[in-house]
Order: sequence, then C-alpha cells, then structure tokens
Amino acid sequence: MEKKTFERPVIKKVQIGMPSKFGLKSEYAPIKEIDGIPVKNLIEQYGSPLYVISEQTIRETYTEAYKAFSTRYPKVQFAWSYKTNYLDAVCKIFHQEGSWAEVVSGFEYEKALNNGVPGNKIIFNGPYKTREDLIKAIENNSFIHIDHYDEYYLLIDLAEELNIRPKVAVRINMDTGIYPQWSRFGFNYENGEAWEIIQRILISNKLDLVGLHCHIGTYIMVPWAYANAMYKLIDLFLGVEKKYNKHLQYIDIGGGFASKNTLKGAYLPGTDTCPTFDQYADAITSVIINSSISIEHLPVLILETGRALIDDAGYLLGTIHATKRLPDGKNSLITDLGVNLLFTSFWYDHKITPAQEFGPYTEETVVYGPLCMNIDVIREYVQLPPLKKGDHFVISRIGAYNMTQWMQFITYRPNVVLIDTNKNTHIIRKAETINNFNNLEQTPEHLKKIE
Amino acid sequence: MKLKPKLAISDSGFIFDPSTGESYSLNEEGLIIVQFLKEGKNEEEIKEHFLNEYDIDETTFSRSYLDFISMLKHFNLIEHE
Ligand SMILES: Cc1ncc(COP(=O)(O)O)c(C=O)c1O
Repeated sequence: MEKKTFERPVIKKVQIGMPSKFGLKSEYAPIKEIDGIPVKNLIEQYGSPLYVISEQTIRETYTEAYKAFSTRYPKVQFAWSYKTNYLDAVCKIFHQEGSWAEVVSGFEYEKALNNGVPGNKIIFNGPYKTREDLIKAIENNSFIHIDHYDEYYLLIDLAEELNIRPKVAVRINMDTGIYPQWSRFGFNYENGEAWEIIQRILISNKLDLVGLHCHIGTYIMVPWAYANAMYKLIDLFLGVEKKYNKHLQYIDIGGGFASKNTLKGAYLPGTDTCPTFDQYADAITSVIINSSISIEHLPVLILETGRALIDDAGYLLGTIHATKRLPDGKNSLITDLGVNLLFTSFWYDHKITPAQEFGPYTEETVVYGPLCMNIDVIREYVQLPPLKKGDHFVISRIGAYNMTQWMQFITYRPNVVLIDTNKNTHIIRKAETINNFNNLEQTPEHLKKIE
Repeated sequence: MKLKPKLAISDSGFIFDPSTGESYSLNEEGLIIVQFLKEGKNEEEIKEHFLNEYDIDETTFSRSYLDFISMLKHFNLIEHE
C-alpha cells in the first residue's frame, strides 16, 4: 500500500470576518518545474540555494516589448541596462535579440566590450565617468550622456586633446507629475538648465549633439508620466530644429517600467496593477507621432528598459533548513537564502511558492534567511502551507537587480543556471568558494602566524 | 498529555472551545492527533499510527508533533497537569 504524504500537523485560530485574499487555488499551485525541468533535479544537480534564469522567458518578454513599440513607431532601439543584470550570458541574449548596451560605469563599459558589443552601440550614462572611461568611450565612438557641467568641460578638453568630436546626448530631469521626482541626474528642464547646456554644446560645436535622454525613475506604474516626459523632450527637440536647424538622431526615454512584482505595502498584487508594454508604448509613441516633428526627421526612440524585461525570467530556489515556532505562536521558517541573495526583498513582497504538492491548509508564516542578523527576513508575513525541513520552494520574478546587488555577506553566492530554449541547463556563474576570497586577500608577513 | 474537557471536535477539522468561545481549524494531520489525544492515546501510539500510514521518518514526525503540541498549549487547549 502506498503511504500518504505527510504534512506538518497545524492548528490556527479562526478569525471571524477576516477575508482571505489567499483563498484562490491558483495562488496555490506548487511550482514543481521551471521550463519543464523539475526543481528537485535542479537542486540535486546544482545545489541550494540556486538562481535559475529562463532564456525562453527573456526572449519572449523582449519580443513582446519590442512588438509593442515597433508596431506603433518606425524606429525603435532597446539598449540593455547592464546594472539590472550584467551576467554575460544574460546580456548576450539581449544583444542577440538586437539590444545595444546601456552602461553606467567603467566596469560595465568593459563588460559590454567583452561581450562583443561594438562601441557605437554602447550608451554611457551616469554621474561618474572617469577621464579614462571617457577617453575609451570617445575613442570607441560610443554615445556619452552628459550628466553635469564638470563632465561637459572635461569632454570639451578631451575632444581637443584627442582631436575627435565625441557623440553626446544630454540627460534631462523634469517634473512628470509623479513622486519622487528624480532631480539629481542630468540637467533640469523646468528651470531652463537643459536648454542652456544644449545651446552651449551647439554653439561651441566641439561635441556632436546627437540625442536627448531622460530616465524618470523606476517602477513607474503610470504610463502618462512617460507622455509628460516625452512632451518636454520634444519641446527641446523642436527648439533645436528651429533655432539651429539641426535634427537630433534620437530620444532616449530611459527605463522604469514596472514589473509584476508586488511592492511592500501595496494593497493589490503587482500582477493586477502593472501596466502592459502596450500601455507604455501607447503613451510614449503617440506623443511623438502627434508632435510636429516631420516624418523624415522622426528620431530613433531608445528604451533602456531593465526590470520589466528580466524580472519574470529569474527564479531563486531554496530549501527549508528548519521550522521554528516564535514565542507569539507564529510559525517561522529558516531557509538557506537570505537578503544577501535577494536584495529586492527590501522593496517587494516576493512570491514564495512551494515546489511540492501541498494541501489547502495554510498558516501565517515568517520567512527568514540563514544569516545571523535580525534584518534577514524574506517575508514578514505570508500565508504558506505547513512546510517542513528539506522542502523546496521557489521565489519567482527575481531576475532584476538581484544578480548585481547581491552581497557576499556571511555565506557564498551560489550557482546561477540558465535553462536554454532546448531545455538544456548551463551554469553561467559558478558558486563562490573560499578560494575566490583567498585569491584576493593578502596577509602581511607579521600576521601570518597567530601563536 | 490531556486535552481540555468539553472541547467540541468536528470531523471536518474544527475545534470549538466553549470556555472561551474561540474556534480553531486543523489540517488533516492535526485533526488525527487531536482525535487520538481525545481518545487518551499517548505519543508513542500516535507516532506508530503515523509511521504506518504516512511517508514520514521518525525524527520528522517527532519534530512536527512537538511543534503541534506547543501550539495546543499556546491556545490553552491542553489540560494543566
Ligand atoms: C539611466 C538608467 N537607464 C535605465 C535603467 C533601468 O531601469 P528599470 O530597471 O527601472 O527599467 C536605470 C536604472 O536605474 C537607469 O539608471
């Protein structure tokens, strides 16, 4: 006779009149496999915790986003935001799909070059570009987005020194009607600063002004904010046409589209509130199409979309290390993955799904990581079936920012595995070992012996 | 280990405690344990039942049992000895 599956016995107080939004079975289906590969096998083969990336999901999401824009506007170019996920394999999928690279440091710039991206398809953003970084970018004919006047003057000097006319765009910040307003990057539209730098560039004529750029923020849930941004950029674009008889090549509207993750404290789940690519595309492209820019001078529309293109493709698999009852009776789980691996748990209520069958019964649970630190909490409150030691679980939608903002803190960073479109698995970043650290550290002679 | 007397236990997995007016819900495994406790069975007998019927090792069962009893105590459903 086959034995029954055991679930931890649990009891909870019945709270009258407490509606439960977790009542739907669909919330509750286990995630037993990713792209057809059983979670159990992945963990057996590559260990736990484990990052898993679905190539198929990346390509599908990219295609969906590209279509949303390209069916509405004739000249669309995505530039992959490296900081969102700069694992080489991930970047290369985006580059194969046709994305340029959008980088914000010398390190990211080198990564893009190493990935085979030609210099003239790299956009160099950010407030901190060193002299060496800029020289490299100028010599490689990359697009340099100017963030402040010190950078402008440095570029003027370098242009003379190298006798090259660097290709530049101006980053512009503005009020788009949303809070917070990102005002620390670039030049302000409302106070006239943006128009002033544009004029200086055009009058001095040492730099080749080719575009305008903005990035109005991240996880923007309202498409109209982009429409507002586009009105202001187009105003500048037309100003340049009118006064200098010059047609800029592109308008780069930045990133910032929301992903389907649920922000902490949000009442509705992100799956219900996240706008579609079509909605963003509609808001953005209709402003350009309806503007007075003539058809033959329509600028290329550049998008630096990050999280919305990669979040869904990333999973973090983990294992329950222990269960522990807290003094107030609440159940807690100690897992093998903590905030060191899931930076975004500070912003999101991540969805945690068991990887094996379970019953309909759930209990209020706190999910902890393995770190001996009070802040190591993955979920402060989540309804979960009674998981036990050794059970596996899946955290979905973690593809953005976690594999760049992760910390080597207390534990090692684990393997990252890519599932390709033929369902083959590849390690794309190896788990760290003590050797990685020994290689970097050096002990002065007098500290080598401790007795 | 004795359950508080007068607890109403339903087959569908609910307990009503008339002394406090509180109700509790149980999953299947929890209900079986409560029913056994009501019949006066001890930990050994209960464990034997689970090891026979369920795909479970002794340590995992004992660990879960301890946790479950701590919750019965937390909710004041166990007779003070
Ligand atoms: C200049 C720039 N472009 C693009 C991005 C990507 O943003 P998101 O992931 O919100 O799409 C960022 C992120 O901060 C950024 O700073």
